[in-house]
Amino acid sequence: MNLAEQIKHLIKKELLLEWRSKYALNGVLLYVVSTVFVCFLSFVSTDKVTLNALFWIIMLFASINAVSKSFLQESRGRQVYIYTIASPLALIISKTIYNALLMMVLTVIALGFYILVFDFGPEDLGLYMVAALLGSLSFSTIFTMVSAIASKAGNGGMLMAILSFPIIIPVLVVLIKLTKNAMDGLDRSVSLDEIGLLLIINALVMSVSVLLFPYLWRD
Amino acid sequence: MSMYKNWWKVLGAILVIYSTVAGFLMKTPELPIIRESIRNLYFHVPMWFSMIILFSISVFYSIKSLRSNDPADDIKAVESVNAGVIFGLLGIVTGAIWAKFTWGQAWSFDVKQNFAAIAILLYFAYLVLRNAIDEEQRRAKISAIYNIFAFPIMVVLLFVLPRLSDSLHPGNGGNPGFNAYDLDSRMRMVFYPACLGWILIGCWIYNLLYRLRDLERNKLSK
Repeated sequence: MNLAEQIKHLIKKELLLEWRSKYALNGVLLYVVSTVFVCFLSFVSTDKVTLNALFWIIMLFASINAVSKSFLQESRGRQVYIYTIASPLALIISKTIYNALLMMVLTVIALGFYILVFDFGPEDLGLYMVAALLGSLSFSTIFTMVSAIASKAGNGGMLMAILSFPIIIPVLVVLIKLTKNAMDGLDRSVSLDEIGLLLIINALVMSVSVLLFPYLWRD
Repeated sequence: MSMYKNWWKVLGAILVIYSTVAGFLMKTPELPIIRESIRNLYFHVPMWFSMIILFSISVFYSIKSLRSNDPADDIKAVESVNAGVIFGLLGIVTGAIWAKFTWGQAWSFDVKQNFAAIAILLYFAYLVLRNAIDEEQRRAKISAIYNIFAFPIMVVLLFVLPRLSDSLHPGNGGNPGFNAYDLDSRMRMVFYPACLGWILIGCWIYNLLYRLRDLERNKLSK
């Protein structure tokens, strides 16, 4: 089986597993919704800049929970089984694509709910959506690889947070800046730098992951 | 014989002594606000250069250790990170002292200060990751992978992001760079030797740390 076909089958497997249990989607959705409510009840009045930062912090924790599932919660037996039938390259690419899809769906739903609850309307909703999609892509590329590292180190959740936070901070800073531009309705040409930088970081992270994952997987 | 092998250590020591003495005694341009604290340039900036060189050495040996599975390469990678972190912390401390005098606050929430601190957190995470794994070979492999993964992010943190926003540092966010007006030829005569000297001293510290660990390892295996 060639690489593209393997990736297709692995993504299908992930989607099927998710569809059967609907655990990640429902669980993380509930997590986001309840966090938004907690924030709504605790913040009496907030300005837009704080609301924007708050949205990304909620999404940061939601995506850590959603994406860390990909390697941390897979049983040893299943990992060995997949190792025997698929190439490590196909595995990391399919996991990243699947996580990106999951995160994009989650982010869009969460954004809709957030706008509904907080009456938080960005001036340039189109650009905000682009930023949200880029953000979910970045979260999934970075967290997928870090969760693979953390799962191999055998010390789940705690390591996942320590290892991923310093890596995600640059992405988060650029995202918050980009979404602030979208909120203020600045001309889109102003934000091209940030969009380009996010794409470059993603390409960088993805290529390093693809290069390194085969070494990590071999055990 | 040993002189031929160790000339760079002697050179490093001489350059650091020269730059320290000359840095405090030689004349500097008289500028408002920054005044005599301009001499910190000879100490603050070389710390960052040394740190980046040491982290690059570490990434080099991490790549090598992935290919060779040689424990010596793994020790080289971690000891250069250890030495690099010392220089990073010294860079932050010298920067904070400088900021206190010129910007008014030791921690001025300048982008470069923040991102440099985060870059060092990245390497603390690397060291914590190493402590979390008991088995030696697994530790070598997994931490090498994290080290290589983190390196491009460090480059983004230190070299790309500060350029996108306003910084109090010279040469960022529309501020003129140091060399534009006050790094005159007298200062260059101290600054360049200082950078080279501290980089050599950094490599020497890394060398000593590595040899110490290597001796301990050989003693354990006997």
